[in-house]
Amino acid sequence: MKKAERNRISKRRALTMLKNADLLELGVEAEGIRKALHPEGIVTFIVDRNINYTNVCINKCRFCAFWRDKDAPDAYLLDEKTLFEKIEETIELGGTQILIQGGLHPSLDINYYVKLLSSIKKRFDINVHGFSPPEICYIADSADLTIRETLVILREAGLDSVPGGGAEILSDRVREILSPKKIKSSRWLTVMENAHRIGMRTTATMMFGSIESPEDIIEHLDSIRALQDRTGGFTAFIPWSFQPGNTELSRGLSQYTSVTAVDYLRVLALSRIYLDNFDNIQASWVTQGLKLAQVSLRFGANDFGSTMIEENVVASTGVSYRVSKEDIINAIRSSGFRPAQRDTYYNLIKRF
Amino acid sequence: MLKKIEEKILSGKRLTERDAIKLFETEDIFSLGRLASHVAEKKNGNKAYFIRNRHINPTNICVNRCRFCAFSRSAGQEGAFELTIEEIVNKLRPLAGAGRPISEVHIVGGLHPDWPFEYYVEIISTIKKHFPKLHIKAFTAVEVDYMAGISGLGLEETLTSLKSNGLDSMPGGGAEIFAPAVRNRLCPEKISGTRWLEVMSAAHRAGIKTNATMLYGHIEKYVDRVDHLSRLRKLQDRTGGFQAFIPLAYHPKNTKIKGRYTSGIDDLKTIAISRLFLDNFDHIKAYWIMLGEKISQLALKFGADDIDGTIIEEKITHSAGAMTGEQLSADQLMYLIKRAGKIPVERDSFYRKVR
Repeated sequence: MKKAERNRISKRRALTMLKNADLLELGVEAEGIRKALHPEGIVTFIVDRNINYTNVCINKCRFCAFWRDKDAPDAYLLDEKTLFEKIEETIELGGTQILIQGGLHPSLDINYYVKLLSSIKKRFDINVHGFSPPEICYIADSADLTIRETLVILREAGLDSVPGGGAEILSDRVREILSPKKIKSSRWLTVMENAHRIGMRTTATMMFGSIESPEDIIEHLDSIRALQDRTGGFTAFIPWSFQPGNTELSRGLSQYTSVTAVDYLRVLALSRIYLDNFDNIQASWVTQGLKLAQVSLRFGANDFGSTMIEENVVASTGVSYRVSKEDIINAIRSSGFRPAQRDTYYNLIKRF
Repeated sequence: MLKKIEEKILSGKRLTERDAIKLFETEDIFSLGRLASHVAEKKNGNKAYFIRNRHINPTNICVNRCRFCAFSRSAGQEGAFELTIEEIVNKLRPLAGAGRPISEVHIVGGLHPDWPFEYYVEIISTIKKHFPKLHIKAFTAVEVDYMAGISGLGLEETLTSLKSNGLDSMPGGGAEIFAPAVRNRLCPEKISGTRWLEVMSAAHRAGIKTNATMLYGHIEKYVDRVDHLSRLRKLQDRTGGFQAFIPLAYHPKNTKIKGRYTSGIDDLKTIAISRLFLDNFDHIKAYWIMLGEKISQLALKFGADDIDGTIIEEKITHSAGAMTGEQLSADQLMYLIKRAGKIPVERDSFYRKVR
């Protein structure tokens, strides 16, 4: 640990690199770190499905195109039958995990979630990766429980791990503008810390490219690096870029500009360099497309994320890169890496 | 291993075919990017070009049956189309008139079994009559060879006739891969690589500037790519008539040879090696329709200095599963260029600065 602390990159230096370093130099450095951590040249992916149990959400974040009001004509809440069919199909396709997330629905309480989890676990042997910190907080608040108590109850009902969504940018200045009703940075971190403390693994994400400054990105990376030092509970970091289609934010901001490939790779490479205590960095083909995801493997990423048998949230912004498991395996292989299917905890299940 | 090649590049020496193969075999894309950027900068400074242009495909009816092509149809087949000259003019009217005009129309199409040479000439001359300031970049070497055949005029006279009727320059399509073994499997009916080069040589002699392309990522090997680049470099030494080289990433959908999309890494390597090997080409173009706007932007960090243009309508690559849109605005192109740290320059068809 001491050695790592001596060598680790400071916030100040990271900021300078993010602003000024040449893209290719960042790539060389990020790739050096990736190679040291994953010398065998394996690039992993998981077979799973994103199930969004509802699109009804009281938060109404301005960068989001997925949410609906409760009485909107296309508002929905999945019934059990549909949910089980989706899980069955996932298992048939070799899936090992479902990522279950949704909006903050005003009529759901903790009993709904407990019943949902136990009904899944009663029927299926599958990892339930579910409920991002805003949902966990919403459940806790409406049940008047602490975050830790809530997580313990959900875990007992069948929750295995927690996805890193809802982090957006962990800077309250930015959150105040993007998502004023969403939990603040400290609460997001508190949920993750509590989850780690009771032995659950989680991921961490970052949505960049909206209105944040380079300083905010560094602040975000620093917050999760510090938490990882304390708990070691994060399995991976997943940066992705704001997708402006159909969002309030893209209409509201006259100075809006989107994240280009060069911007994405800079942030990705810097993440690999800064997060020296994270084993895995995911490339986001869902937001960047397969070709840029391939290039990402040379800029620090070692994981291709999920096959996404189903994805709704990014698709609602009009961005839709649909690919099969075969496409992902081929994409990894033709980039010069060895593809392998993994589970939630990055154990290898099958090599291709 | 690459040390010697790097020294050659930095001292401005020409690379051998062997060097180019070694570069294709290396995993070190970062050095390729750095060296290609060095060369690009020597030729074009920190500039990256784009153009306001429109593509028009007069017909997809084609007597050839290239195995990699998803665009062509037989006459009468479902999806076959042929535009009248009036339709072509109408496509151009909103863009080529007053206001903010496009500066170039790019015209390529199938080898129509029934159209006489005069029809092609009329396409050009009518466009010129309506839009005298619009640059007409039209007809690949394959089409020009076909016209020379159906007109019985021979190559020189065909080119002279097209030029005197308004042809300003020629695109670089139809080159595919020159190596006969590969070409015979890809497109047996198409003119040979040698003939393609002859047509281009004749065009250059007639004072017509052209581009050059290479379709990669299907069944060819690195050695075929290098052979292709080498033949282009030799001709360019003789004529100097090529403006830009454009590597074209193969798209597999709806084609006979199927196969896979190229990897983003291969796309960037191919751009970089083209820049390094083709020392007598001024410009390397990252054609965003085929590479996607993301890889095209990255290509500017790997030796490309041009990302093509607004395009407006694109049928050929989209028939084969292009994942891009069909148009980008000048603002979007400039934004991509700026975010890559380059200075956007709107060019005309001869790489003169428009704005």
